[in-house]
Amino acid sequence: MKPLESVNEFVVRFANVNGTGSASANLLFAKAAFRMGIPIGAKNIFPSNIQGLPTWYEVRVSEKGYIGARGGGVDLMICVNAQSLAQDIASVAPGGYFVYDDIKPLPADLARGDITILGLPLTEICNREYKEPRLRQLFKNVIYVGALAALVDIDFAVLKGLVADQFEEKKKLIGPNVHALELGYNYAREHFTCPLGLRLKACDKTGDSILLDGNTALGLGAVYGGATVVGWYPITPSTSVIDTFRNYAAATRQDPETGKNNFAVVQAEDELAAIGIVIGASWNGARSFTATSGPGVSLMSEFLGLAYFAEIPAVLYNVQRCGPSTGMPTRTQQGDVLLCAYASHGDTKHVLLFPSTPKEAFDFAADAFDLADRLQTPVMVLSDLDLGMNDNMSPPLTWDDNRKYDRGKVLTAEDLENMKEKFGRYLDVDGDGIGWRTYPGTHPTKGSYFTRGTSHDSYAAYTENSDIYLESMHRLDKKWQTARTLVPAAETERTGKGGKRGALYYGTTMHAAREALDRLAAEGTELDAMRLRAFPFPQEVEDFIAAHDEVFVIEQNRDAQMRSLLINEFGVNPDKLVKILYYGGKPITAHDIHDKIARHLKDGKRSQHVA
Amino acid sequence: MSYIIPRFRHPCTVPNDIGYTRQDYEGALSTLCAGCGHDSISAALVQACYEMSVAPHLVAKLSGIGCSSKTPAYFLRQSHGFNSVHGRMPSVATGAYLANRDLTYLGVSGDGDTASIGLGQFAHVMRRNLNMLYIIENNGCYGLTKGQDSATADVGSKTKHGQANVFSPIDPAGLALNIGATFVARSFSGDKAQLVPLIKAGLHHPGFALIDVISPCVTFNNIPASTKSYTYTREHMTAADVVDFVPAAAKYGADGAIDVKMPDGATVKLRRLPDHHDPRNRAAAAAAVLAAQERGEVLTGLIYIDTGRPDLHAMLETTETPLRALDEKALCPGARALDAVNRNAR
Repeated sequence: MKPLESVNEFVVRFANVNGTGSASANLLFAKAAFRMGIPIGAKNIFPSNIQGLPTWYEVRVSEKGYIGARGGGVDLMICVNAQSLAQDIASVAPGGYFVYDDIKPLPADLARGDITILGLPLTEICNREYKEPRLRQLFKNVIYVGALAALVDIDFAVLKGLVADQFEEKKKLIGPNVHALELGYNYAREHFTCPLGLRLKACDKTGDSILLDGNTALGLGAVYGGATVVGWYPITPSTSVIDTFRNYAAATRQDPETGKNNFAVVQAEDELAAIGIVIGASWNGARSFTATSGPGVSLMSEFLGLAYFAEIPAVLYNVQRCGPSTGMPTRTQQGDVLLCAYASHGDTKHVLLFPSTPKEAFDFAADAFDLADRLQTPVMVLSDLDLGMNDNMSPPLTWDDNRKYDRGKVLTAEDLENMKEKFGRYLDVDGDGIGWRTYPGTHPTKGSYFTRGTSHDSYAAYTENSDIYLESMHRLDKKWQTARTLVPAAETERTGKGGKRGALYYGTTMHAAREALDRLAAEGTELDAMRLRAFPFPQEVEDFIAAHDEVFVIEQNRDAQMRSLLINEFGVNPDKLVKILYYGGKPITAHDIHDKIARHLKDGKRSQHVA
Repeated sequence: MSYIIPRFRHPCTVPNDIGYTRQDYEGALSTLCAGCGHDSISAALVQACYEMSVAPHLVAKLSGIGCSSKTPAYFLRQSHGFNSVHGRMPSVATGAYLANRDLTYLGVSGDGDTASIGLGQFAHVMRRNLNMLYIIENNGCYGLTKGQDSATADVGSKTKHGQANVFSPIDPAGLALNIGATFVARSFSGDKAQLVPLIKAGLHHPGFALIDVISPCVTFNNIPASTKSYTYTREHMTAADVVDFVPAAAKYGADGAIDVKMPDGATVKLRRLPDHHDPRNRAAAAAAVLAAQERGEVLTGLIYIDTGRPDLHAMLETTETPLRALDEKALCPGARALDAVNRNAR
């Protein structure tokens, strides 16, 4: 088997033991490639555990810009975990490379003739160089990155620059880290033919892009969007959203004179209280949010129904993980679409936003507050673990300094004073289904009302009168139609060549779907494509489906939830919407999407229900 | 439905210091059963707020679900009210208080709302020392679903259906002391003379103030075999302290009472009973509650007070300006700050 050869198009996977400090070393590799101008996609596959279990970190380098998961075997495996050795060597693509710590010889039954196997004496080098066990552990990771620099031709100056940036605050650590890099680099140069067939070459394909995780983007977006009150409960994989908010707010939001905080974060006793805090604060005129994951949304559902019916803004970031129930808490899925769309009993529906990149996560995190205030209803941003906890390549974050927060329809004391007619909290004065609201304490004698989850008339008074109840339910539906015109539009991604076939996707499925559609096009099958960014679906989504005879709906859950939502909202003939699904907990891959669509095109409807 | 609202007003109705008459503190017509203890509590709230010259629009009324939680509609009609979901009023109050620290927060809950479905939120709102008055209208039963036992029902206490409760009761006041609530009181809906000053003191307390008000359910639980009936409560009540609340400006003479100074100069005036505790001593307060329980008595009055503890805003070191009043200028770091964020992410 001829060893693989590729410049700037391959997949490297690191196999480590979690809790050993490998994450920062692996990131060093990813960032080095990125700083050499090569687009990368980095995926952390980690266990729900703090220490001792296998963890993997996969970096896709792609000058072509394919930064989603590719699928197929790994081109270059760096195995630093004896526990997963057998599985790791088996996952190498034919012609690929396997680098391992050769403290013990590779068991004969695992050896493969179709790959290149390189033994790197990591433990031996560490034992020779370092006395302290802790240092041996830490530098082992840095040494293999050094070796990798020789093996795939990383610009060593870039690596050194990254180390210098990383330890800007602790400069005395720069020297020892660079030394460890050199140990690995020199060993590889002396003992192997460097570089391998796989190598990096500086290019200019990253432009002004950044590498950021989606949770950081959400936390920053909440600061920029003007959130002041946060109620939350810790849950993987959303917790770092709150960490970011708290840290960044502490850095940018302290009153210059008193040093006091222009924000408040409360870790609540559970998710019910977390969303209760958000609703109480929003009712009282502050911008407020919570971040959670699927199990949290399940618990918050009763309150979400209250906010829908009593018409209280609320912002919720759901970083989806693999369900059902506790599921796989550190694996990704797009499994909460239906849960969030219809959360709570009775006829309820909620505005959802689906970001695909950190930049979009930042934008939607801030936009969600404007939408929630304008529509006086909960708005949920549906991220997932893949976007949230991985460093994703993204356009840079931007903000328009002229932007004003849209606080929606709120009457001031002066407005109330000048009002001739009687104030009615739920009166549809403007015909958009949205009433005017007042904050508590606005005016001594005008504008007070009683907020309730029980049925109420236009003046917020309790009623059990069917006609009045129907009137308010119909007005809420009218508001839903207004929401359709305000949410982010769906993006047309490919158009004009697909004829009667199209594809729909959303969120983190985007990168892999784009690559798969490119491959299909190269093979002669063009599909039109649209990326959904919000629910309720704007008009263009309905038009896109109407314009095609067959639409592939690509998503990461078993039950084709977005497809169900489209069928339910538009009354589309289900036969028209073909399920293309992956839901194993790892990010969906381009190979998988390509193969499933190709098989459907070949076999027709028979494959429709094959996930 | 109890009564029609009487049109007749006492000729002596006079405006208070800020120009409001007592009528201005009233609300919609109560839809609770005639004779319900809860209506007496609403009346006590009206009286207390009127006498204290509280501006009604600067009060936010919050409640959960149940008979008790309906009552905020029946007083302070110029206040915003929020009838939320069952057992979750404390979290809504927490958010509301964080949004605007300048309003007065009044929560009304029941024994089911507080001690069963909402026990967790009740416990945690006390840990946060949220600056609010939290009133439990405690009748030992579920009224709206027709008389089931609640978690505050005493062992052996019987409902109208004749079954004796076999489960250990939760005493909200005892629990509050254990968790560290800074104002713990108990009263009786039939004793307005005690309840009104307690409400005033609770509204004034700079932290979480709990008043557990025994409020008999006339329809489902006012029978001799119930320990939350009018008869039982009247016969077994023992007042820890008789309370008066003296605003900062008022003068009063020395009469052997314990005076608890509020941080703003107001005073809660308590008469010490010989065999009882000092309400500033938490351990003694807890012991007194337990001792009364063992004697089968209901200890009422101000059981414990500590005005020196930081409330939630102080603990979180939030700014003095209500958070909801901050605009883009105070909240948004601006485009330039993102340059550094982007730079660090390359």
